[in-house]
Amino acid sequence: MADLRTSIGNLQLKNPVMTASGTFGYGIEYADLFDIARLGGICVKGTTIQPREGNNYPRMAETPSGMLNAVGLQNKGAHYFAEHIYPTIKDIDTQMIVNVSGSSVETYVECAEVIAELENIHAIELNISCPNVKQGGMAFGVTCSGAAEVVRAVRKAYPKTLIVKLSPNVTDITSIAQAVEAEGADAVSLINTMLGMAIDAEKRKPLLSTVTGGLSGPCVKPVALRMVWQTYHAVQIPIIGLGGISNWKDAVEFMLAGATAIQIGTYNFVDPTVSVKVIDGLNDYCDRHGFKSVQELVGALDV
Amino acid sequence: MHVVANDHPHPNYCLLKLTADQALPEMLPGQFVEVLVEGSSTTFLRRPISVHFVDPQANELWLLIQLIGDGTRKLATLQAGDKLNVLLPLGNGFTTSDLQPQSHCLLVGGGVGTAPMLYLGACLKAQGITPNFLLGARSAGDLLQLDHFRALGPVYLTTEDGSMGETGFVTNHSVLKEVRFDRIYTCGPKPMMMAVARYAKAEQIDCEVSLENKMACGLGACLCCVEKNHEGHHVCVCTEGPVFNVKELSWQI
Repeated sequence: MADLRTSIGNLQLKNPVMTASGTFGYGIEYADLFDIARLGGICVKGTTIQPREGNNYPRMAETPSGMLNAVGLQNKGAHYFAEHIYPTIKDIDTQMIVNVSGSSVETYVECAEVIAELENIHAIELNISCPNVKQGGMAFGVTCSGAAEVVRAVRKAYPKTLIVKLSPNVTDITSIAQAVEAEGADAVSLINTMLGMAIDAEKRKPLLSTVTGGLSGPCVKPVALRMVWQTYHAVQIPIIGLGGISNWKDAVEFMLAGATAIQIGTYNFVDPTVSVKVIDGLNDYCDRHGFKSVQELVGALDV
Repeated sequence: MHVVANDHPHPNYCLLKLTADQALPEMLPGQFVEVLVEGSSTTFLRRPISVHFVDPQANELWLLIQLIGDGTRKLATLQAGDKLNVLLPLGNGFTTSDLQPQSHCLLVGGGVGTAPMLYLGACLKAQGITPNFLLGARSAGDLLQLDHFRALGPVYLTTEDGSMGETGFVTNHSVLKEVRFDRIYTCGPKPMMMAVARYAKAEQIDCEVSLENKMACGLGACLCCVEKNHEGHHVCVCTEGPVFNVKELSWQI
């Protein structure tokens, strides 16, 4: 039995396996299917200061080994979350991490301030990489100056663990990672979805109401793995790796590439219990290879 | 679960009969399941399929599946004894608990949307209410399981090509002019359900529709399958539906 505990900044995790924002609701949706307290953490649905209806239907298109989504940050707002959802999840024995988004620096800060008041939420994941909103979102995450500006402002307002979720839709993700590290981010998570599109040839119509959307699932894994590897060699802060993880072996690969922890996203839709299988698989892998702690895997790629 | 039988009542449909080692959970008419399709390289997500029929004595769940793409075609190749990973039961069922024994219920199904009407009819029958079925399809061959429907109550049919029943759409059927119904349940293509809902509204009949929006998780987590409710808010079809009273939706009818 290996020691699966790890940490992201000051955030202690019982194991490195988390579920990714937007793919696991608030966790409670899955509570009938398995013991969600086994997870290292749960990144809850993207939250904004004001409620958002999201984009029009259709918002999803299946693709080979993955899917496109254009949900557009539908949520009931940070105050609704604090008053109605937080009380139902605050005592779940895992790290609940709130994914925070905004349309301007001010709204990012306001949202982070509301979440900062919640005693049992010890970290936020700052979403500067959502490709499905017209304002804000990815606009901040594709330039070093934009990313730095929003992280600088939120860092001043948010004293707990600040994770910044990065976009793969950039020329060089390492420069963005360095920019947010310089502004005091405690960790980076990567990758958010890749901008893509799908077309119905017969109808000559796009399959998403927004025409373009975010690609996720096993099809993006090699890109995500490469970006984790590059970022690992560019920053000192911990990396949370995600993008197409569907089994324990994928999780091991991300950790070998440099991820301290991992998130499972789209595959929750295929197998809602995949995350506990990954936890068990990581433990077996460590035992089989003689690793006493899962932390020994981080960046242990033999090049 | 494992496959008891996989029949092919029509080249474009399969009737999958499933069972499990343990007793199946209670399922309500209108609920659905999410089936994991294995061995199809182009199929990634689970496939949401409505509950066609439940046989508690045999511990069987029946799924009537229209073969549309690679995923459903793969399901059509399953054979007795094969294992299948199924998430169930999901969503909310049709409202029947408020009905009186003398209620005149009309169950309107179009195409593969006829599937959930069999189990709904069976549950109504068990409640002491005789269901009336109005089933429509393009052609006679697409009207399936008719013996099962007829065993439960009167069956009215329409086909677009006139090969069986009255010619036209379900909303053209003469029974709608002859009989006064006090509850309508419908499942099928959205234009058909909207036409049915329009009729129900004009006749002031309470009407429930079962939606089949494109779906990923089936659990209310991904927010992909949304429909606008009467307040203009997006709600998940998987957890708030798939059955809605038309009054809860923002349909312009």
